[in-house]
Amino acid sequence: MKIRLENVVKTFETFRAVRDVSLDIESGELVALLGPSGSGKTTILRMVAGLEFADGGHIHFGDQDATDIPVRDRGVGFVFQHYALFPHMTVAQNIAFGMKVSKVRRARQEIDARVAELLRLVRLEGLGDRFPTQISGGQRQRVALARALAVDPKVLLLDEPFGALDANVRRDLRRWLREIHGELGITTIFVTHDQEEALDLADRVVILNEGRIVQQGTPEEVCRRPNSSFVMHFLGDAYRLPAQVEAGIARIGDVALDAPSCPEGPAEIYVRPADLGWTNSGSGMPAVVTRVIDRPDGRRVLADTDAGQSLEIDVPPETPVRASDRGFVQINRGSVFPAA
Amino acid sequence: MPGLPLSLGITLFYVGLIVVLPLAALVFKAASLGPEDYWRIVSSARAVASYRVTVLSAFVATIFNLLFGLALAWVLVRYEFPGKRFVDAIVDLPFALPTAVAGIALTTLFAPNGWFGSILGEIGIKVAYTPLGIMIAMAFTSLPFVVRTVQPVLEDLDPALEEAAQTLGGTDTSIFSRVILPLLVPALLAGVSLSFARSLGEFGAIIFIAGNQPMSTEITALLAFIRLEEYDYQAAAAIASVLLITAFVMLAVTNLLQSRALRYTVRN
Repeated sequence: MKIRLENVVKTFETFRAVRDVSLDIESGELVALLGPSGSGKTTILRMVAGLEFADGGHIHFGDQDATDIPVRDRGVGFVFQHYALFPHMTVAQNIAFGMKVSKVRRARQEIDARVAELLRLVRLEGLGDRFPTQISGGQRQRVALARALAVDPKVLLLDEPFGALDANVRRDLRRWLREIHGELGITTIFVTHDQEEALDLADRVVILNEGRIVQQGTPEEVCRRPNSSFVMHFLGDAYRLPAQVEAGIARIGDVALDAPSCPEGPAEIYVRPADLGWTNSGSGMPAVVTRVIDRPDGRRVLADTDAGQSLEIDVPPETPVRASDRGFVQINRGSVFPAA
Repeated sequence: MPGLPLSLGITLFYVGLIVVLPLAALVFKAASLGPEDYWRIVSSARAVASYRVTVLSAFVATIFNLLFGLALAWVLVRYEFPGKRFVDAIVDLPFALPTAVAGIALTTLFAPNGWFGSILGEIGIKVAYTPLGIMIAMAFTSLPFVVRTVQPVLEDLDPALEEAAQTLGGTDTSIFSRVILPLLVPALLAGVSLSFARSLGEFGAIIFIAGNQPMSTEITALLAFIRLEEYDYQAAAAIASVLLITAFVMLAVTNLLQSRALRYTVRN
């Protein structure tokens, strides 16, 4: 099911949670809404579900205007951050809930068969008789997903689905959700504030800030071509280096970087530790090493430039460098934006 | 645990002194009658009639409080309205008021020439000096129990549960009956059992409105009191012991039901 948001607006008392958001989601797509807290991502998800109503704009499901369809008739599957499993029902009863309250009457055997099928899908065979308090957090999240899928939703919506779980479980569940999505091909939107999760899982990442979409694109697009300093910062550690742009080239001292689309004048170069290099001799920004940190997958150099900026630089593990070495920081790539 | 022996000792001593000792004295007094005398007293026609009216009235009053108390708790938790805090405070009034005062107030209202009594009288309903009056007095004095046990549970109910049920296609009625109500059952049981126990033993509020006619509107607690007035302590203890046993059985049953209703919280 294709979903289309048109100029959607939502205000809570005086707080403008969502300001004029338009977004198209293709059928079968897996989209992440990524943003810091207060960016409006959860509000957008809840409006798609019908748990909140938009103050302005329209939400279309396929060709149908769903803006005013009440939540129970919208046909969405919603997975809550803290699972929201019914504590007095067993796992199987939780999964069967949607089928039992449905207007469509189903035979008991039919419901039982569907529950068994879903338990298999989420790999919880044999746990149907347990109560939610008797299973682990990761298992509860899978029950929540099975429950949402039981009513054959047109869209699957997940609100910070892995937020309450620890790192290992989170990684496994991520991979598993990707598999399930591949298997079922259901249009899926999930909300997260974790960049890694969004980039890992989604076909497309929609980055939000202060109720607006800042950038959307494939993980590659948003990582390699961030369109603003906000996106650059939000996706990971980034440093801001003041520079001058002349004739499409940004310069800091004798370091030069192509900046074809940046207007002439003062500008800022944004770089990540992996965009930088270190050399003990040659050219670059002169700097002094303050510390070297060794990690299993590389070596990180902490250096202060002569211009007074502290930088972190990822270098190959065999790079010969020690604390208090003098040398030069090189910029291998970076994003240039006009100075704010 | 610091201070455990001392605090344990003090509380056990206190419970023993204030609760167990008087009850034991009651049982002891009743037991000093022979089994035949005991049975004759507790199964006399007047006593049995008093059990009937007491239990029946307590039952009706409790059902009323179950429904009305749930509705009141619901309104106090779910809606905002002017005067909400005032209403919330007023719920406790039946506890704070001396029950005799409540009894006199209710009698004044429901007497044939009272505000309510005169109107109800016109449509042929007599409240004062009938079992209906007893029910009203019982309902009044035990109103806070259901409200105060249900209210905190309702407040802590995760709104996401209802939202989840909505996204799964639940209507308001199916969500209430399948999700909310079952989660309130343990609290409702607790409130109902307290309300019923209080109604069984209520005295002050009832004797003014009941008319106290032996065989029809005489409650068990009053009968025990009358025997006391007659210096027949053994008979008073015997009749009181019936109330005590009823209360014990009822508390045991509700505890059993409650642990059944809460079995989902037990971890493996």
